[in-house]
This record gives sequence, structure tokens and C-alpha cells, in this order.
Amino acid sequence: MELLIFYPIAGLCIALALGVIFNTSPVGSAMCLIGMMLGLSGIFVLLQAHFVAILQIIIYAGAIMVLFMFVIMLLNLKEAASSDWVMRDKNLFISIMSGVLAVGILYKIVDVIFMTELNSPATLPDSFGTVATIGESLFTDFVLPFEVASLLLLAAMIGAVVLAKPKLD
Amino acid sequence: MFEDSVPLAHYLTLSAVLFVIGIVGVLVRRNVIVVFMSIEIMLNAVNISLIAFDHYLNLSNGQIFSFMVMCVAAAEVSVGLAIIIALHRNKPTVNLDEFNLLKW
Repeated sequence: MELLIFYPIAGLCIALALGVIFNTSPVGSAMCLIGMMLGLSGIFVLLQAHFVAILQIIIYAGAIMVLFMFVIMLLNLKEAASSDWVMRDKNLFISIMSGVLAVGILYKIVDVIFMTELNSPATLPDSFGTVATIGESLFTDFVLPFEVASLLLLAAMIGAVVLAKPKLD
Repeated sequence: MFEDSVPLAHYLTLSAVLFVIGIVGVLVRRNVIVVFMSIEIMLNAVNISLIAFDHYLNLSNGQIFSFMVMCVAAAEVSVGLAIIIALHRNKPTVNLDEFNLLKW
């Protein structure tokens, strides 16, 4: 049953991720990316991490992709420039070599992955992945990283405002 | 548990495939926005492995980590898109090859 749910979602995610990089218009890429985020949140639900699945939808599919769409519309990137796909001659060899490298790395990673001995999930308590469990862990064991993350977000907010201002005075 | 539960290796393979797709996107595309989206794909791929290990080892640390990854992704996207807007104001293009002022 789980396999029947997993494979269609995984295939959809991979197809949409390929759609992101092979789409000619940035808006189409963004739409594919939103679909991929939703598919990944389905995978998280399958892994019983409900809190992270909800965060995935709210933060990625909601906030981050809206920001992307804002910028795409703001910069008016309707059609991809034809030069976007042209590879420069001096880079052709490097491009082929990096393609070979990517495929090789993927092959080696998958090779190592299948050596794992974890084939069936641990017996999970009912509270696994709920907001209560994650929240308790977040505010006891991981309270310092949590506060540092809030500082990071504050710095990012100030940085974005300063960078996007027309003129620094 | 279910007899036909998904082995951990399949989740990790999905994660690796998505990560490599992200790398290929960064290497192949020259459009700043699409390169940024490829980086998002890579961050998401890492989240899958973290949560899959959580599920198979009955931990909650990986979920906290993926929460932190999402915070970093949000910060990175807001600052990065602000940089893109500032760049676009100085030079109206989104082709990465034309931004080479700091290269040499």
C-alpha cells in the first residue's frame, strides 16, 4: 500500500523537478517548483512527519514561491532570452565533463545507499512527528539553535530591505 | 508494520536524484531565477533524507534540522532575490554570464 502511494508521488516529484530546469519560461519553472513542493509534502506525510509537511506547504509553497513570483513579475521576465540556452564554445568540454561527473556521482551515491540495512521502519509511537513532540524538542534540547534561527531571519529581513532600497543614504 | 513498507534506500534514492537534478540546473541554466530555484530543489532533497532517517530510527532530531533548513532557505531566498533586484536595477538582464564584474 505504501509503495503504491510512494512511487507515483516520487515520479511526479522527479518529473516536476526536471520541469523546473528544462522549462523555457521562468513562470512555468515556478509552477513546476510549487507542484514539486506539494509532492514532497505528500512524501513527508507518508513518513508521518505531519508538522514538517504542513511547514513545507506554508513556507515553501506559500511564502517562498510567492516571493519568487513577485520577483519574476517585477522583473518582467515573460520570455526566456534565447541566449539563456546557448552554451559558450569554450565551455562545451567542461559542460560535458560536469554532466558525466553528475551521473557518476549519482551512480555512486545510489550504490552506497543500497548497502543500508535499515529496510523496515522503527515501530513509531503515535506521537511521532506531531506538533507537540517537535515543539517539545524544539524548546528544550534545541532552544539555542531556535533563537539563532530567529536572529538569522531578522538579519535576512534587514539585509533584504537594505539591498532592495533604490539608493543608500 | 506493513509487509510492503517502502525501504529506506528508496527515499534516499529519491533524495539523491532530486539533489543531482538541482546540481544540473545550477550548472546548465544561465537564468538567475532558475538557478535560484535549483538551489531550492537541492535544499528540499536534503530534507527528504533527514526525515526518512528520522522515520526509520524513531528520532525527532532530523525534523528539527529540516525546520532549520527551511529557516535558512527563507533567509537565503529573501536576501538573494533582493540582490537580484539590485543587480537588475544596475544592469537590466538576468543572464548570469553578464555579471562578471567581480570575477577577475
